[in-house]
Amino acid sequence: MDTTTSPVMTGSSAAPSMLRRNGETIGFVVMVAALIVAPFFTYPLFLMQAMCFALFACAFNLLIGYGGLLSFGHALYFGWASYLAAHAAKLWGFTPELAILTGTATAAFFGLLAGSLAIRRQGIYFAMITLALAQMMYFVALRMRFTGGEDGIQAVPRGRLFGVIDLNNEMTMYVVVFVIFIAGFLLIYRIIHSPFGEVLKAIRENEPRAVSLGYKTDRYKLIAFMLSATLAGVAGSTKAITMQIASLTDVNWPMSGEVVLMTLVGGLGTIFGPVVGAFVILFMQFKLSVVGEWVLVIQGLIFVTCVLLFRRGIVGEIAALFKR
Amino acid sequence: MFTIFGIPSAALFGQLLIGLINGSFYALLSLGLAVIFGMLNIINFAHGAQYMLGAVAAFLLLQWTGIGYWPALIIAPLIVGAFGIVIERTLLQWLYKLDHLYGLLLTFGVALIVEGIARNYLGSAGLPYVLPDSLRGGQNLGFMFLPNYRAWVIGVSLVICFGTWFAIERTRLGAYLRAATENPTLVRAFGINVPVMITLTYGFGVALAAFAGVMAAPIYNVSPQMGSELIIVVFAVVVIGGMGSILGAILTGFGLGVIEGLTKVFFPEASNTVIFVIMAIVLLVRPAGLFGRRA
Repeated sequence: MDTTTSPVMTGSSAAPSMLRRNGETIGFVVMVAALIVAPFFTYPLFLMQAMCFALFACAFNLLIGYGGLLSFGHALYFGWASYLAAHAAKLWGFTPELAILTGTATAAFFGLLAGSLAIRRQGIYFAMITLALAQMMYFVALRMRFTGGEDGIQAVPRGRLFGVIDLNNEMTMYVVVFVIFIAGFLLIYRIIHSPFGEVLKAIRENEPRAVSLGYKTDRYKLIAFMLSATLAGVAGSTKAITMQIASLTDVNWPMSGEVVLMTLVGGLGTIFGPVVGAFVILFMQFKLSVVGEWVLVIQGLIFVTCVLLFRRGIVGEIAALFKR
Repeated sequence: MFTIFGIPSAALFGQLLIGLINGSFYALLSLGLAVIFGMLNIINFAHGAQYMLGAVAAFLLLQWTGIGYWPALIIAPLIVGAFGIVIERTLLQWLYKLDHLYGLLLTFGVALIVEGIARNYLGSAGLPYVLPDSLRGGQNLGFMFLPNYRAWVIGVSLVICFGTWFAIERTRLGAYLRAATENPTLVRAFGINVPVMITLTYGFGVALAAFAGVMAAPIYNVSPQMGSELIIVVFAVVVIGGMGSILGAILTGFGLGVIEGLTKVFFPEASNTVIFVIMAIVLLVRPAGLFGRRA
């Protein structure tokens, strides 16, 4: 099969029109405003968790939405980063920022290893390889002593940021997570709109042509993979410090599926899609926590519905509405 | 009794046998995945769930209607295969013109739905499936004890695997199938009903998974998550073998099962991860897979 056409993407990669730029600015202002106001209306802990997952989904989207690479094993970077961050904060007594850096470095390292293996194959194989490698590291996490096995690492201290600011205050913690999320979001935005991002999109659209133009596509794909894994690591580490727990759930395959679902619901290859998707899915899980195992069924139904009817996702559909 | 590398022979051959059993399931499932992928260009993520459904169907047939193992071996794959055909007609057929990834995502959704429903009604604990009397007991081979049922599973898997290989590579129907895989439009122009062939292929692949599920029921307990645990390993098997060759899928399946069994004897800590490690090594040495063709 030829892998040249990639209808995964629906957003046009034409030069950014004024309309689109304006739309992005408005969207960003709305998002920031909403996140500043929101903690006064709902649980800050829920919002913090949602922001961590939103960053995770944005990192994942960088790979699938702009590189056309479907990783089905992003729980590996998210989960292992959260383990290392939790361990560093709890047992090594690291300050939160250093703990998050430790987790992030772990994710970057695994991203380099797994990425250099996975980019050797394309398309469907890429997805299977990333999934298999993540499953392997899940078993490793299950076996290793420091992860606490089924219990995970609990009661992770939030500590003091830079050794000074006490993060046990809910609002202070909220501000920190907010800053991390916005910084990560803007970084991803910058990456997508950089020359590097343009090459990445070119590879997604037509890899042989990108090769013929002299681009070392493997190198671009590997860097994209590492960036995505690293940012997923930032999200995982921040989550471990905020929620004060790192567990097997974060590193197991359903987590990889969940981040795919969030991005798909919000809109593959849209800037705000993963954020919207993460909030929608987490809100749904929050509301549906009473129905137990049916959550799995509902998630499955959303997958099927999205793939068959709403391939553009929520944000993609809205954008298409405005384009008309 | 004697020892090999300091391991009692009974333990060694016992694990080798378990390896062959696991290998039969790897082979049956990766075979089904390869056949489906060849025709539909879809990686069937629901394959594990359909394998689980086979086991569940056999369990429920016994519980509700008293239908035993032997009829279930035929009936369960038929039921689950029919379920597969419904899925192909209602969901999958809309995806053939889209990127492969959508097929993976959709079948992943189907797997979640099936597993979720099973968990709701069966709970996540395993349910035991009683062996038929005719397959109880075993043979003492001197160097090890061979339970009859395990010998039966390995034998039947081999027959089914090579039967499928023969049907695809050596019969007229198989020739149509291979031709339709290469160029469906042209085969259609020759008057062969390709859409029906695609539907039946999916049904057959799914039935194969369900058949494996029925055979697995007496060995492992029947549990909702038995499929999702297996399917990821089978993906690794498929990456190692490459989906280009039927025979390759069979050999890789059995081979990796044996290697996994041996790892359990000599280095038990790595038995869960050994197949993934082999996958990593194969990707480094032969990126296209052992039997794969460079795309």
